[in-house]
Amino acid sequence: MTGSSVFALVMRRFAVAIPLLLIISFAVFSLVHIAPGDPVRSLLGAHASDPVTLAAIRERYHLNDPFLVQYGKWLTQVAQGDLGVSIQGNRAVTSIIADRLGVTIFLSLMSTVLVLGLGVLLGAVAAFHRGTSIDRAVVTFGVLGVSSPAFVTGLFLLYVFGALLQWFPIFGPGTGFLDRAWHLTLPALALALSVMAIVVKITRAAMIEELDRDYVIFARARGLSSPRIAFAYVLRNALIPVVTAAGLIVVGIVAGAIYVEVTFSLPGLGALTVDAVQNRDIPTIQGATLVFSVFVVLVNLTIDVIYTLIDPRVRFGRVES
Amino acid sequence: MSSPASGETRGTKLPWRIPIVILIAALILTVVVVCAVLGDKVSPDSPFLQRLRIGDTPPSATHIAGTDLLGRDILSRVIYGARTALVGPVVVAAGAFAMATLLGLVSGYLGGLVDSAIMRWVDFMFALPGTLVAIVVVGVLGGGYWTAVVVLIVLFTGPDTRIVRSAVLEQRPLPYIDAARTLGISKTRILFIHILPNVLTIILAYVVLDFAFALVNLAGLSFLGLGVEPGAPDWGRMVFENRNILFSNPVALLLPAAMIMLTAVSMNLIGDCLFERLAK
Repeated sequence: MTGSSVFALVMRRFAVAIPLLLIISFAVFSLVHIAPGDPVRSLLGAHASDPVTLAAIRERYHLNDPFLVQYGKWLTQVAQGDLGVSIQGNRAVTSIIADRLGVTIFLSLMSTVLVLGLGVLLGAVAAFHRGTSIDRAVVTFGVLGVSSPAFVTGLFLLYVFGALLQWFPIFGPGTGFLDRAWHLTLPALALALSVMAIVVKITRAAMIEELDRDYVIFARARGLSSPRIAFAYVLRNALIPVVTAAGLIVVGIVAGAIYVEVTFSLPGLGALTVDAVQNRDIPTIQGATLVFSVFVVLVNLTIDVIYTLIDPRVRFGRVES
Repeated sequence: MSSPASGETRGTKLPWRIPIVILIAALILTVVVVCAVLGDKVSPDSPFLQRLRIGDTPPSATHIAGTDLLGRDILSRVIYGARTALVGPVVVAAGAFAMATLLGLVSGYLGGLVDSAIMRWVDFMFALPGTLVAIVVVGVLGGGYWTAVVVLIVLFTGPDTRIVRSAVLEQRPLPYIDAARTLGISKTRILFIHILPNVLTIILAYVVLDFAFALVNLAGLSFLGLGVEPGAPDWGRMVFENRNILFSNPVALLLPAAMIMLTAVSMNLIGDCLFERLAK
């Protein structure tokens, strides 16, 4: 495969992602207008206001322009990093989001590591012991994980390991790397448990399929050790479907993070979104939603590209992706 | 999709053999349904009666699950909560099912431009982070529980449409469709009288899964303070309102949380079971 065709492929994915981002941004922009009541009120909140202020707000957010012109101007501002001013505290939304981003990124990365590590491990173990009680235990655990929302799992973890056993702190994000990891262990675990089931299920199914293939029998016949067959050959092939599901995993983690942050009172982007929604702080809702959505779209785009690069069948166009 | 191994590990597949887990799941669901239907008959106390003097108390002989900050009986509130826990998800599952069946049938059978238009919309719905959309739309629009139900129907229709469509695409090349067309039977009749019954079983298995997912989502929105109105006896809302009494009466939030989990797990187990029996 030549470099130029990879480039063409990446460009094709971009061609899909850009309209998607535009639609999302348009929907986010429209929030001001679909909120019940006067848009000025939505942007200003419950603050007392005189006609001069109202006129100033109208001017600031171009509310006197036609709808599409407003959108164009808003999008230009967003592209320049200006997401407006929060109703609560009168701060720039961009700087509020910047303050909150650290906790969410730390939490998400930590649970991604847990999801991939534990999920692949459990899925592989279940596949090797297929049909046994170990297998059934893992599968049942998967159903539990899928059914239990992150805030319920989090609540039980918080009660058992935080309140009863007092092994972990139950409040706040901590400072410094180790302390933060310590504070975020339970939240990351709660988040991971609700998403992990997908990885367990896919890894298990893929491993079982791979284990039945001729090359495994051949490798056994040649006297290769079981761990070598498992890790060097089977797992490698079985991980391709897991990469396909990476999009689902990322969306799951982003959605779960919102609930987990609220459950554990963590000052992250998810808690900010919920807080803004509860206080009808439209500019902050717009900013946070935009950051989340752009993140999800970009991650999906990256996964598509990676998937294309690692699976030669897709790369050479033999399989409809 | 179910894994290739699950069929062979089960060994003999007799239609009447029901696994014990499924029986327990069915039992839990029956209890929840009974609570939802006969809430006022089976609850020991009024779920709304406040006893501000006693406030939050741990479980005791008079209040088996204790009371919340306003002195309301937790057990009665949990029993009454079965209602909002079931009604919304049933409406969501039924609504998404109806829309997805219609769109999926049309998209899968007609193909062409209609199909591409519907599928691009489905792709778009897939690309959205659904939970975030639900939180933001319900929060901004207001309207609580029923707005949430409508939003979830729209969000669930996308993935469900894809499932119905692929089931329809499997039916399309089969001889009975050709036969029906040769006989000059109208497209509408072929779609609804001939194809629909053949894809209905697979759709039904997904409807059960939809129900479980809707339950979890609605409870989640109530937990964020966005679902049912304040004070309503609802499991998600109870977890939200009783967060501050985790130490004085942990049962006040752990019981409703456990109910959310148990109901959803039961529904998922039954859905998975149905899926394996029906969709193969």
